[in-house]
Amino acid sequence: MKIPLLAFNDKGIYCQQADVYLDPWRPVKNAIITHGHSDHARWGHQNYITHHTNIPIIRHRLGEINVTGKEWGETFVINNVKFSLHPAGHIIGSSQIRVEHKGEVWVFTGDYKTEDDGISTPYEVVKCDTFITECTFGLPAFNWTPQAEVISEINNWWAENKAEGRTSILFGYSLGKAQRLLKYLDTDIGKIYTHGAIENMTNVLRPMVYFPPTELITRETKREALLGNIVLAPPSAHGSIWIRKMTPFVTGAASGWMAFRGARRRRAIDKGFVLSDHCDWHSLLESIKATGAERVICTHGYTDIFAKYLRELGYDARTEKTQYEGETAEMEKAELDQEAPIVSEN
Amino acid sequence: MKNFAQLIKTLDSSNKTNVKVDALTTYFKNASPEDKVWTIAILSHRRPPRPVNTTLLRLWANELANIPLWLFEESYHIVGDLAETIALIIPTTNEHSDKSLTEFLQEIISLKRKTDSEKKEYLQQNWMALNYYERFVFTKLITGSFRIGVSQKLMTRALSKAENVDEDALAYKLMGNWNPNTITFQELILDEKSSDYLSKPYPFYLAYPIEGEIEDLGNPEDWSIEHKWDGIRSQTIIRDNEIYVWSRGEELVSDKYPEFQSFAEIIPNGTVIDAEILAFPDNQIGTFNDLQARIGRKTISANLLEKVPVILKAYDILEWEGKDIRNLPYIERRKLLEDLYNEIKDLTTSFRLSERISLTSWEDVTKERERAREMRSEGLMLKRNTSPYQVGRKKGDWWKWKIEPLVIDAVLTYAMRGHGRRSNLFTDYTFALWQNNENGEKELVTFAKAYSGLTDAEFRKVDDFIKKNTLERFGPVRSVTPKLVFEIGFEGISLSKRHKSGIATRFPRILRWRQDKKIEEANSIEDLKNMIS
Repeated sequence: MKIPLLAFNDKGIYCQQADVYLDPWRPVKNAIITHGHSDHARWGHQNYITHHTNIPIIRHRLGEINVTGKEWGETFVINNVKFSLHPAGHIIGSSQIRVEHKGEVWVFTGDYKTEDDGISTPYEVVKCDTFITECTFGLPAFNWTPQAEVISEINNWWAENKAEGRTSILFGYSLGKAQRLLKYLDTDIGKIYTHGAIENMTNVLRPMVYFPPTELITRETKREALLGNIVLAPPSAHGSIWIRKMTPFVTGAASGWMAFRGARRRRAIDKGFVLSDHCDWHSLLESIKATGAERVICTHGYTDIFAKYLRELGYDARTEKTQYEGETAEMEKAELDQEAPIVSEN
Repeated sequence: MKNFAQLIKTLDSSNKTNVKVDALTTYFKNASPEDKVWTIAILSHRRPPRPVNTTLLRLWANELANIPLWLFEESYHIVGDLAETIALIIPTTNEHSDKSLTEFLQEIISLKRKTDSEKKEYLQQNWMALNYYERFVFTKLITGSFRIGVSQKLMTRALSKAENVDEDALAYKLMGNWNPNTITFQELILDEKSSDYLSKPYPFYLAYPIEGEIEDLGNPEDWSIEHKWDGIRSQTIIRDNEIYVWSRGEELVSDKYPEFQSFAEIIPNGTVIDAEILAFPDNQIGTFNDLQARIGRKTISANLLEKVPVILKAYDILEWEGKDIRNLPYIERRKLLEDLYNEIKDLTTSFRLSERISLTSWEDVTKERERAREMRSEGLMLKRNTSPYQVGRKKGDWWKWKIEPLVIDAVLTYAMRGHGRRSNLFTDYTFALWQNNENGEKELVTFAKAYSGLTDAEFRKVDDFIKKNTLERFGPVRSVTPKLVFEIGFEGISLSKRHKSGIATRFPRILRWRQDKKIEEANSIEDLKNMIS
């Protein structure tokens, strides 16, 4: 019986030859982790291996764990299997995992985007035979506009809200999206306030990347002080008392899902900005082509549709069930790490 | 077009009524008179006839996107809106277009007569010349209505602000038949004239469901009670020896109900009646399902006329001897209506009165409500004796007090993605009940579809369940492992040959998710049949 280099079992993506799992969803002995989002970096493994810039992030989220850091492109060998990490461009410290054995090369992307966001190390094409790819936005309906345009849209929105005497509340996932927004907010317009979940995560990343100053919202924060300024908050804070106390305000959300009118209306958000840390349709297709892979395995997103299209293009493509959730998890799930203190009335 | 697209974008991006009214008011103040007429027409669902069928639209848009047709269809099921899908998949270029909304609409109107290849060239050229949002709006003008949470009332309010015209007067002006391609803004809104007054209905007065306790309404003797009939709310106009019947959806339906034609001979000119159109098979009030046989039929066969005749059950009179009497107290209007009825009741069988009931205690009113199913009504209407006939949905003088719905516990078996704000979420469900098959085994039989009644959070949970428990896919529809039980409420029930279960339900909707129940505890078709009284 032929044993594939990487197989999908009920614990995760398994390399039997090395007895190592990639982004496992159940506790295992050895786990190589692509990045810090909770559907990829889970609790309970005995040994973690990840890029060294991801260590502070997963320590912050998972507490004291046994973890080894690697450099980009550094090869480490486990029972004759060669592993190395390569930038995925998704968030800070996000990697693709390259696995090589007896001349056969597999690459697992975790989550990735090809556009350089100026924060995370830009995506690198890694040649391989089998490419295990996410396809969160694997539909031709998803076509991103360049980051610079979206950012200026956001800053214009903030300036308009300020002119009308309102507080701008911008939702973005606390790891990744929030910092990408923060990095480019125009501090000439006003001050940037944060929700605790975002403030804490940003502080973890500050030693690695420069971000504009932020002010954490506390019990002492006066509602009037927020007027005209911007508040960065995780999506789960939407509709909470924490937000309602900030009236008058306008809400905005930055996510790939904002490409759909229905997605924005369903969440009752005033303004949607289409900004994603995942590939759009064309960049998925281009990056797959660039790897030179003949075989493609789609792990999460519109997998069935995307794999069917890849087969029509001539790839040997299939889907595998995993427990990765892509940007859905980032938008929909409650992730209030802590109760945020409510601003005072005056 | 740029301004109109921007307006739609603003209306679509806000949940706040005052933001919408402000955006519309600003737009009306700045737009050209022609664009204003078209904007009013579009927001009151008067778009031009569709010049191209959607099959061709898909094909031509797909060609620009350069993807296989099945992939377009999959994307459409997920996006949940055809115009939006087309706008999303077509690449944006650096071109732009300065044509006005009116120019676009005139082109769309003349497009209908062109050849397919001319149509294709026109559409592809314009799709490429517009940016994403303009492309969406342009395609919407061709495919259908904008569902952007702007009611006719909201638009009328903004227009009234922008033009300084009384809101109720405007509502009246905007009703009825007018052609946006020929009428000018001056004629439609500004002129005080009555040339097309003949067919014009009055805006309907609509009731809110009762809030709190019935006793809070005060003295029962100040109120009149009527049954709330379950048919089509309508306005019948007799002017200049002609009869015009309008449905509440502002559709002129006179031709569909030949039973009413003789009214023009027996009811005096200058009369407008507010009434319910009801099916009346076998000389008794039928169900809405019976009436369905008549709705949507353009030609009415003699057989159908005999099997499902209709009657007009009159509630109110709005115009008498050519005068608008909506400001008279209800009780005085009713007196006129009842006198009219007594004069003509022996001349027709199709004109009936919705009986006005005076009761002296709320207890009696409550008892009357309990008779609703027996009377074949949906419940009661409570109308203050002194109330004028108001415009639109207003609180205070008229209340509806429906009977509690019938309920049954059913199993979720199929799901489909929703549209609009529910696109990409599985929110349209099919429910089944147990039945014994020929072999005596229990099986689930579909009985109703429902897509409202859960909170957004519940919809998300059920959506998640569906994605993880899909058995089979049939295009946009998925069959789901039978596991979830829901309490389904409905207003009425009748036997039906069209339904697999043999039963049709009226207004089925989800009342709650029975997370405490296993599928074995759901009800059976037999239980449902026992509810037919």
